[in-house]
Amino acid sequence: MIQKRWAVWPFVLPGLLYLVFTHLAPTLYALYLSFTSYDPAQRGGPEWLGLDNYARLLTDPQVARALLVTAQFAFEVIPLNIVFALALALLLNAASRRLSGLRAAFFLPSVASAVVVSLIWLWLYEPTFGLLNQAFKAVGLGPMPWLSDPNWALHSLVIMRVWRGVGWNAVIYLAALQTIPEDVKEAGRVDGASDWQVFRYITWPLLTPVTIYVVVTGLISTFQTFAEPFVMTKGGPLESTTTVGVLIYRQAFEYGEMGLASATSFLLAIVIFALALLNFLRVRRAG
Amino acid sequence: MKSRALINMGVIAFALVTLAPFAWILLSSFKPQSEIFAWPPHFLPTRLSLEHYVYALTSTHIPLYFLNSLIVAIMVVAGNLLIAVPTGYAFARLPFQYRDQLFLAVLAGMMVPNQATVIPLFIITKHLPLLGGNDLSGAGGNGLLGTHLGLALPHIVLAFVIFLSRQFFSELPGELRDAARIDGATEGQVFWRVYVPISLPLLATITIFSFVAAWDDFLWALIVGVGEETRTLQVGLSVFLTQGSANWGPLLAATVLATIPIVILFIVNQRAFIAGLATGSDK
Repeated sequence: MIQKRWAVWPFVLPGLLYLVFTHLAPTLYALYLSFTSYDPAQRGGPEWLGLDNYARLLTDPQVARALLVTAQFAFEVIPLNIVFALALALLLNAASRRLSGLRAAFFLPSVASAVVVSLIWLWLYEPTFGLLNQAFKAVGLGPMPWLSDPNWALHSLVIMRVWRGVGWNAVIYLAALQTIPEDVKEAGRVDGASDWQVFRYITWPLLTPVTIYVVVTGLISTFQTFAEPFVMTKGGPLESTTTVGVLIYRQAFEYGEMGLASATSFLLAIVIFALALLNFLRVRRAG
Repeated sequence: MKSRALINMGVIAFALVTLAPFAWILLSSFKPQSEIFAWPPHFLPTRLSLEHYVYALTSTHIPLYFLNSLIVAIMVVAGNLLIAVPTGYAFARLPFQYRDQLFLAVLAGMMVPNQATVIPLFIITKHLPLLGGNDLSGAGGNGLLGTHLGLALPHIVLAFVIFLSRQFFSELPGELRDAARIDGATEGQVFWRVYVPISLPLLATITIFSFVAAWDDFLWALIVGVGEETRTLQVGLSVFLTQGSANWGPLLAATVLATIPIVILFIVNQRAFIAGLATGSDK
């Protein structure tokens, strides 16, 4: 059989060249831009600044604030997501098969768009007519300032994001739970372990790869959060929900500082990468 | 089995919490204007009213935005099926130099945060030579800003789709290719006539995944869909919200309309979707 080498390229080249165009070239270009000052509204191209943007990032209180807000958001969302997703997965694993039709329902929030979810929750959080404050009122509690109080707004976004992610992660956990052989757990029970001990010392360690996956994808998505605060709170009140994603958008498209915005996005990418790596190494050492 | 009953109730409770917000906006969208802001509030509408849907569909640009989103999503689905799937197939089944290194590069592409590429990609899209009034150096016009192709651009080949296709094709027997090749089929014929017909679950998953990616996209659509003509539904909804005192009735109706295509796709092919998710998670 004659192997024609070129016969492969019509399959591979279009896809790869396209990724060069949408991923590689923009990444390199962003790196270059991060060392420049560039306002597309002005005449002339990017001007070389060296490390000035990065120096600005490290001293700019706005950037530090946005990083803190984003980190708080991520570190609230991810653990809550894991707890609820795992609880739902364990329930689904033990529930009767007739309920498996409900699985589609748990997916719905994660396939609805961020904008749709934001609008749904904006309506739920509506101060007087929203479902939540009506329910609070019905049981005699005062209205909650869900999105209008700077001390609450971020937590309200956390609740929404957890609601959105639980079903998705639960199905991932469920798939992993179903691969754990019953006799492994049975062996533990024979040795006198309680249900909790079986979970804690057998099931949970066996789920480690899934938990790494959930944490890493959670870090990537929460640290890039943009649409929800942009739509629901515009980053407010008092900048309390200005995530790095919102800040980058403002720098680039409102202040016309594409160079600075590129530097911020590189900083964000580095933070995400470092946290993901740290999580991976920590689990590996513990295992 | 008392504990089984408790477990079932737990699952149902989770389902209620998951679905209640959807039910609430669905109900609200059918309430007559007088009942949306009624005091004391009604949970159920006293009569079903289509007034908000009629308003959203006849007195706003929602139908145009819907069409824009649909056009972009179809372009994205076509691009992924015709370009990304064959690339994934080649990574799984065809021998070529640097195959593993190039695949690692694709994986690295999946890791690049969206936000790092959005700004340069915007500048590149604006300055594509000879498009949208640009001269050969890419200056003077708007490139592909405000076009459907511009909106589809970052999603036409998704790295994740290449990854998913490679996983799928590497689980199919390679003997199929060898046998067809011995019978004199070209590589193209092997792919289209042998592998594609047995890959319908993969193609269904990719159709849903890439449709959702395009349909749900917000940031890129916000900065590239400049002007009314190419505004997508997601951006339209957010603009709707910020224009003056939010007119909640039609906004809720539009939110429901924006969710319908996703729900339909999803219900039609739930199994394929979950299979795709599982492939993504066990890497």
